[in-house]
This record gives sequence, C-alpha cells and structure tokens, in this order.
Amino acid sequence: MKAIQLVLGLTLAATLAACSSTGGANGANGANGTNGANGQLDPSASGYGRNGVGVGGDGSGSGDPLRDPKSILSKRSVYFDFDSSAVKGEYKPVVEAHAGYLKKNPQRKAQIQGNTDAQGSREYNLALGQRRAESVKSMMRVLGVPENQLEAVSYGKEKLRATGSSDADNAENRRADVAYDGE
Amino acid sequence: MLRRLLHALAASLLLTLASLPARADMTIEIVGGGANRHVIALPAFAAEAGVNGGITPIVRNDLQRSGAFNVLAPGVVANAPSSPGEIDYPAWRGAGAMSVAVGRVSVSGGQLSVEFNLMDAAQKKRLTGGVVTVPVSDSRAAAHRIADMIYQAITGERGVFSTQIAYVLRTGRSYQLQVADADGAGAQTLLRSGEPIISPAWSPDGSKLAYVSFETKKPVVYVHALATGARYAVAAFKGSNSAPAWSADGSRLAVVLTRDGGSQIYSVPVAGGEATRLSQSAGIDTEPDYSPDGSRILFTSDRAGGPQIYSMSAGGGGASRVTFEGNYNVSPNFAPDGKSFTFIRREGGRYRVMVHDFTTGQANALTDTSRDESPSFAPNGKMILFATEQGGRGVLYTVTRDGLTKTRLATTGGDVQEPAWGPFPR
Repeated sequence: MKAIQLVLGLTLAATLAACSSTGGANGANGANGTNGANGQLDPSASGYGRNGVGVGGDGSGSGDPLRDPKSILSKRSVYFDFDSSAVKGEYKPVVEAHAGYLKKNPQRKAQIQGNTDAQGSREYNLALGQRRAESVKSMMRVLGVPENQLEAVSYGKEKLRATGSSDADNAENRRADVAYDGE
Repeated sequence: MLRRLLHALAASLLLTLASLPARADMTIEIVGGGANRHVIALPAFAAEAGVNGGITPIVRNDLQRSGAFNVLAPGVVANAPSSPGEIDYPAWRGAGAMSVAVGRVSVSGGQLSVEFNLMDAAQKKRLTGGVVTVPVSDSRAAAHRIADMIYQAITGERGVFSTQIAYVLRTGRSYQLQVADADGAGAQTLLRSGEPIISPAWSPDGSKLAYVSFETKKPVVYVHALATGARYAVAAFKGSNSAPAWSADGSRLAVVLTRDGGSQIYSVPVAGGEATRLSQSAGIDTEPDYSPDGSRILFTSDRAGGPQIYSMSAGGGGASRVTFEGNYNVSPNFAPDGKSFTFIRREGGRYRVMVHDFTTGQANALTDTSRDESPSFAPNGKMILFATEQGGRGVLYTVTRDGLTKTRLATTGGDVQEPAWGPFPR
C-alpha cells in the first residue's frame, strides 16, 4: 500500500513523470483506491513532501531510490503463504535491499506492517499479521539493521488491500509492507 | 373535531416516518421453546400515540427478544383497558394471557409520565407497577424501564433493557465508535476516525471504554470517558498494542503487547505506566478476558498449533487448555456468573457463536449464521450480543442463552462490527 501512496506522491510531485507508467508494476494494487483515500484522511500524509526532498547517501544520485520504480527499494511488499509467516525465497532480495538501505541511512526508520486475509477473529488476525511483520523484521536484524531503526506492527484484517474473498484476494492480503518514517 | 385532530396527528406521524433515514428494522426470529414463555397481554397504553415510537411497541420488542415472553398480538381481544379496573380478565385468559400490563401516558412541562400496572390474569393481583417519569425526548428510556420491571416481576431476574452496547460503525473509510441502547436505538458517536477502531471494552462501572485505535498508523490502546469525552493512550509501546480487557475492580487493563517479539498478554495500570507480563509462550497469546470474580483470565493462544482457549491466573503464570474440540476456537467472553463463557468456533468454514459450560465441559453452538464475531454476554447472562454478516455488511444480533430466540438489532446503514455489551447501570 505504501507503493500506491508512493505512486500517488510521484504523480503529485511530477518529478518523475516519465516513470508513472512503470509505476504500474504495482498497478494491480493501485486500482484499489483504498489506501490512497486513507492517506488523504491522515494528516501525516503531508510527509510526502518531506520525503520528496530525498535523503541521498546511498549513491544513486537521481533522487530518492525509495521512490524510483527502477529501484528494488520501490518494492515494499512481502507476500506469505496461507497460515504462514515464513519469508519466501523470492522476497529475500526485497528484504535484503531494504536492510542495506537502512544500514547506509542510519537516520531512517522503517515500520514493517503485517496484514492478513479477512477470515476470522480481528484480534487473532492482528497477532497473525504481527507474526509476519516480526518475521521480516527478524530477517533485517540478522542482516545487521539496528533495533532502533525498526518497528514491527500489525494491521491484521483492518486495512484489506483486496476486498473480495477470492483466493487471489486473500493472497494479496497476506502481506507485510515496508514503510519509512513520514510515509 | 377529535377526528380531525387524530387525522392531523396521523399525517404528522407519517411525515416523521418518511423523513427518517433508511434503517433496518429490528427482526425477531423465534426458533422454538414456546412452552416455556410467559404469555403477556400488552394492550396499547392510553395516549401513547402522541409519543414518537410509542411505549408498548418498545416494551413488546424488549420482552419478545428476551426469549422469556410471548407477547399477545395487540388486537387479539376486543378490550382496550388502561387501568386494572378496565381489564376483561376472562377474555384475556381465554386468549392465553397469564398477565396483563395496562397503562397510560401523560405529558406535562416537557416531562413524560407513564403510569402502568402488571396484573396477574388468573388472580387479578398486581405483580408490579408504578409511574415512570422521563424527559419527553427520553420516551424510549421509560419503555425500557417498564420492560425491566415486568421482566424482573415475572422471571425474578434483573432485566437488561436499560443497558447500553458499544460497537464500531464503518461507513466507507470512516470509523465511528458508537454507544447505543441495548436494542440498537439512540446511537451516539464517541469517536470518529479515518483509521480503524477495534475491540471496545466497557469498564466494570460503565463509565469508560477501552479500545484499539489505529489513528497513529499502528494499534494503540486508549481509555475514553463517556461523560466527558476525555481520552488518553494507556498502552502505546513499541510494536502493536491491542485487545484491552478490564480487571474486575477496574484498576488495571490486560492488553496484548508485542514489545518483546510475539503477541503476549500484559497488565497495565488503568492510568498508564509500567506493563507486567502475564502470559509466557512462544506462540500468540491474545483476547484476554477476566473472570467476573477477577481471579482468572481466559485467552486465545496458538501455542499448540491452531488457536484454542486457555485459562490462567489473573496474576499470570501457567495456563491450562480449556477447548479441545475443533481446530479454531477464539474470542472468549465470560458469563457474568463465571460458570460458562461464549466464544467463536470455526467448523466446516463457518464461524459460529458457542457457549462452553465449565460444569459439563461441553460446548454448544447457538447460531446458524456463518460469519459470527465478537460475542459478549448481557450483564444478566441471559443473552449474547454478536456481529455477523448479512448482504455483505456487518449487522448486530442478540441470541438467547438457549439459542431459541435471535434478534437482528435495528441499526442504520453501514458496516457494524465489534459489539460489546455494557454493564448494568449504577
């Protein structure tokens, strides 16, 4: 969902207009306006501007790599199997990239937000989403990211990105997102 | 002249009805158990037509959905008494009535008074009665109080019709924490947010709600005073903070924190402060609920695989498993007498309200719906409030302890979730 907000942010800032179509890599999610709407309701959404100045420091040189659709750092979601909190091999590069970014940018803080599908008790799902977030956080800790740069939290089934009940919808919702402070 | 007045009254009533927002009416579904119900006659109270919503229609719904009464249809006997002397006892007995409630309404100086008497149909003896006076705008409160008096006179148990419920109303991206009468009417919004609100929990004295709000982009537990609207974060530790439960004396809250990694149960003072860890497992421990005597905590844990319900001392320490049947048992809530608890079991893809009896060790399903959530006992233990899904949106239901009477509460449009039944008023 942060990816969607980023795409929105990009479009608004018009700093990388040419890339807005490649932003469609996350487009399947972008079609769901849910999280954009949330962002507008939240006063902290003004944080886009703060990020927009770019933090530099990782040598990419062409603005904020967290927002560059060509950078792996623009990928923010780690997907999980049903009833599982194990980070699958295909998402390890994403986690490693963010771990590397955090180590190079010790002033940045990341929140790992766990999510579940819509089935069952809200509080139990909150705990299941937490377990997914902790799983990503643990991997980053092992990769050397200091504890004080990381926070694992859960949205459980409260902020469903896909609101249907198909297998594909459920798979989309079994997810942890990496969000940076101010996003 | 009188006829013209009545016509004018009827017309204005129609206008009032037409201008009300679309809302789902209360529906009461009686599955069985008619033989055990007390049959009561409740002819319209004199002059109640002048009261918006009337009095006896509200009393009727209250008594009917309690499962303890069968209220005779208004026109079944051609006798319209408003005082005990006017009751045609043989006629009402002939229609099956065991008791007859009669009354009259008067309005004076902004105050509404309802004088009523409940008479035994066989012995013609007064069972209860009195004069209930409220501000005119609170006419529903008068009806609920009369229903409570009738319920107590007949069953010997305290009625819950004057209690309140809390729940979350979701409309699009907007969340409202609301408090309403036990029948779903008279909703008032305590908190409005663009981020989710879950898990409202009543303080034992009914003056405060604890709940989880995501307004700071993460789950944080707040305490909110109903009378003043004053609120503060009581648990906002690193990670997620959720699932508040009040201790029996209201001095502490059990909460679920993740500051040490997994989701575990802690205790915090109600004013906020240091958290003491209560549960110890490598798995998920969540959804704590204190026993009414304050000695124990029921909670959900997946320490043995799937989620099951466990019990531990209120001071923490070792836990014993309570549910063994089924592979998904969650959301425990103690009955007020501590002898049973309600919870949700998933079975064959359906999530249903259950009651586990500590004496027999048996659990029974009370509902036939399939997306039930968040069950909580009425303060007299005779009904359970829960959320389920109908037509793709959340609705509230009550079900009697025997499962035989189910009522969908009247609520305005939107997705209604996370209900919690409040305590008796003090």
